[in-house]
Amino acid sequence: MSAIDPAISASAVDDGIQYVTVTVGEQLFGIPIDRVRDVFVVGGLTPVPLAPPEIRGLVNLRGRVVTAVCMRRRLGLPAREEGAGGTVMAVGLEQGDESFGLIVDGVGEVLRVPAETREPRPPHLGGRWASLASHIHRLDDRLLVVLDVDAVLAFDGEGGAS
Amino acid sequence: MDELLREFLTETSEYLDTVDMELVRFERNPNDSAILRNIFRLVHTIKGTCGFLGLPRLEALAHAAETLMGRFRDGEQAVTSRDVTLILATIDRIKHIITELERTSVEPPGRDDDLILPLERSSGGPGRRGIDPAILVAFDEPDVQPPGEGSSAPSQQGAVAAESADAAGGRQQTIRVAVNTLEHLMTMVSELVLTRNQLLDIARRHEDNTFNVPLQRLSHVTAELQESVMKTRMQPIGTAWQKMPRLVRDLSAELGKPIDLVMRGADTELDRQVLDIIKDPLTHMVRNAADHGLESPAERRALGKPERGTIRLDAYHEGGTITIEIADDGRGLDLPAIKAKAIARGLAPAAEVERMSEAQAAKFIFHPGFSTAEAVTAVSGRGVGMDVVKTNIELIGGVIDIHSEPGRGTIFTVKIPLTLAIIAALIVSVGDQRFAIPQMAVLELVRVRPGAEQRVETVNGAPVLRLRERLLPVMSLARLLGRAGTKEDDDGFIVVIQVGRQRFGLLVEGVFHTEEIVVKPMSRKLRHLQVFSGNTILGDGAVVLIIDPNGVSRMLGAQGVDAAAFADALADMEETREEEVEATALLVFRAGGPGQKAVQLSLVTRLEEIDATRIEWIGDRPFVQYRGRLMPLVTASERLVIRKEGMQPILVFSDAERAMGLIVDEIVDIVDERLAIDPVPQRPDLVGSAVVRGQATELLNIAHFLPLAHEDWLRRAALPNAPVRTVLLVDDSDFFRGMLAPVLKAAGYRLVLASSVDEALEVLASQRVIDVVVSDIEMPGKTGFDLIESMRIDQRTRHLPVIALSSYISPAIVERARRYSGVEFVAKFDRGGLLAALAATVDGYGAAA
Repeated sequence: MSAIDPAISASAVDDGIQYVTVTVGEQLFGIPIDRVRDVFVVGGLTPVPLAPPEIRGLVNLRGRVVTAVCMRRRLGLPAREEGAGGTVMAVGLEQGDESFGLIVDGVGEVLRVPAETREPRPPHLGGRWASLASHIHRLDDRLLVVLDVDAVLAFDGEGGAS
Repeated sequence: MDELLREFLTETSEYLDTVDMELVRFERNPNDSAILRNIFRLVHTIKGTCGFLGLPRLEALAHAAETLMGRFRDGEQAVTSRDVTLILATIDRIKHIITELERTSVEPPGRDDDLILPLERSSGGPGRRGIDPAILVAFDEPDVQPPGEGSSAPSQQGAVAAESADAAGGRQQTIRVAVNTLEHLMTMVSELVLTRNQLLDIARRHEDNTFNVPLQRLSHVTAELQESVMKTRMQPIGTAWQKMPRLVRDLSAELGKPIDLVMRGADTELDRQVLDIIKDPLTHMVRNAADHGLESPAERRALGKPERGTIRLDAYHEGGTITIEIADDGRGLDLPAIKAKAIARGLAPAAEVERMSEAQAAKFIFHPGFSTAEAVTAVSGRGVGMDVVKTNIELIGGVIDIHSEPGRGTIFTVKIPLTLAIIAALIVSVGDQRFAIPQMAVLELVRVRPGAEQRVETVNGAPVLRLRERLLPVMSLARLLGRAGTKEDDDGFIVVIQVGRQRFGLLVEGVFHTEEIVVKPMSRKLRHLQVFSGNTILGDGAVVLIIDPNGVSRMLGAQGVDAAAFADALADMEETREEEVEATALLVFRAGGPGQKAVQLSLVTRLEEIDATRIEWIGDRPFVQYRGRLMPLVTASERLVIRKEGMQPILVFSDAERAMGLIVDEIVDIVDERLAIDPVPQRPDLVGSAVVRGQATELLNIAHFLPLAHEDWLRRAALPNAPVRTVLLVDDSDFFRGMLAPVLKAAGYRLVLASSVDEALEVLASQRVIDVVVSDIEMPGKTGFDLIESMRIDQRTRHLPVIALSSYISPAIVERARRYSGVEFVAKFDRGGLLAALAATVDGYGAAA
């Protein structure tokens, strides 16, 4: 992923936006770096019976209890095949005073993306994705879908989720 | 440097960082009163503390900024960006002074009128002392300072130094450790435990036992280390009280009131987190007690009271909670003034306020911006404080209560539940997952196996266990959690759990050990799962879910296996149903402490005084021969000591066959009182608390005591002699459901709870018989109106009466509610109104049907 165009990054450093890039399925997503607390390997996941399906479980991250949210389920993608890739990676976020971890297929580099490449999300983007993507950036070789972190975490937990 | 000063500096720097951030947020959302209240509180705290430490420059700056922000908060003035800049500049100045303070321990010389005057002008004031700013600038030269100001600071500083020298001798040796360091230490220890466990595992699998001795030593040391680190989280409440004597002394001098401070239970240990949160509220309350609560010495003399006022701080563990009392022997709350102010501030309509009981009216002091002090003093009286106190306490799931008696004083009672503290929990397993069950709720463990003496049997498919001639309903935890257990439903351990008076068994596959756990709250996304009350990190680093016995009991109830418990509850209700509305004859007594307790007079068969030497003991249970029979005696309070000689008063409760004597210390009076009962969480022995004869009084739940004397007293089929109505209570707020449920139960209704409209509709669609629906109107997602509409299209539910609750009643809402027939409207916090509406609706409905 040689996504940083040196010409651009040299000139537009100041107004560029930084994203932590992650992959879920085939897609590259960006999470605004100011919302990312850390990136960690998920170990010792405690499943929560009766929880909404998006919640994979609770993780002890250096003494904090983090709620692990499955990005695949959140995006309506099929579950990852068993044993595909050893470690499970998650991006740590905070909302209110709670810690969440978004479980993704892979975590890439931190990208600084020039503001000019920003595009509104296509109107025909599928239902769930439309509500989770805030906008899109055109990279040289692929598209970066920027996640709206609060929307990602706004799934129904309080009601009787089925 | 003075310990107090150092602590102030640390705290203040933290505050200031927050204020900066909050102010910037505030400028963007000037209508967000929550942000403003937050800033206001921070500045207020700084100001307050400066006053006591003798830091006049800081105090003056904070005071001026606070005055301006007070005007924003009260909506007297619109927020301009100029004002925000001004306040930010003031905060920068405060920071500058604090940096100097850190370096030299004294305030740097200088004046701040360049900021204070514009601040005061912005507040619409005439500028300090009403002098033209130009003249003041000239006046401002350091060498022409008013003599008072120059000399007062050093003398106060002197006092500080003397105090700290005095105190240093007696103070326990402590060092300040950053919380992060402790947390880190905790994590490291957890990892160490994990590694040790792995090592032990490996050693077990190896023949070679040369490792055993050092391993055992390692194991031992690790355990001790873990325990010690755990202990670092606990602190005696005395650490939060350390500042109090100084505070009270300074207040005493400042207000010209001699004050005695009495502190008891300083060694009561609290979780550090809890302690941090309640520290400020406690300080506020002590400050209020000195400033507002206590009268001036002249006034006290005139009233025939001792000149010296007393402020009392008490802390103790009680029934799974930590209770802190802040009491003064002053004038009590000025209820007429509070009512007048509530009306003037438009907090409630005048007619409603007039009808309020004293206890209800007293609660107005918890409203933001509510203050009855006529003069704004440096000590308090800005109405900041009590609302913040309440918010902070509720933040950690605690409750605060006020009891006040005119001329005798005010008592604030703060109860903090154990959920934040460390609790003992039994670790059990289902499949490969472990769960924690609070030890408090666990009565015993029974090993069950098919064919063994202790085994699970079924009645019509419902599993039960024979336990000492009683049938215990059993629920498999695996099934409860919606997973098929790896073993059969009849092999494993039954954890016998008691919730209130409901007893049931929870079948688990494995039982490990009891461990002290630190309860962490559930994520918002998971809080709707009633089976869990929180989670914790075990010693080996694993996250484990904590089972909520109350939640399980509710789930059991929902599955219809609570027939026995229901009969119990019914008996309970028969006793208490009248209390809520009409004047009730009460027998007031004291037992195990100075506080008043009461029971309904109608329940008491006789009052007796028996010769204490006639009390006989069988094992550890007291009896007395009474009317030719041996009558068991039960103490009305755990803290009561049964007399060895003299006369012992008892209350006799009896029916045709049985009698019980309830031992009390002293019978006080019989009174008729209209009761407003407040539920007291985690106290099954109480119906609740209420104000009787102007004093906080605990109302005993006699149904709790009867089984202590005769285990089967209430088990006999208490046949309902009146049909019991079932109320479906719909509200999204756990807190509100929790608050209202006991009130409705006490009034004799059976309850079904729903936390959302969808859940409510599910209940209505099920086979349960519901007589009336009580629903909140404002709920996230579907509202109460949606519920009513859905109900009205369904043939089965269209005629069900509905009582709609709303905390905010606008004409539009009332109008909308009127459009539906059979919908009553009640203000959300009007319990009396709700009960009256329920009674009317249910009876009318019953008659019509």
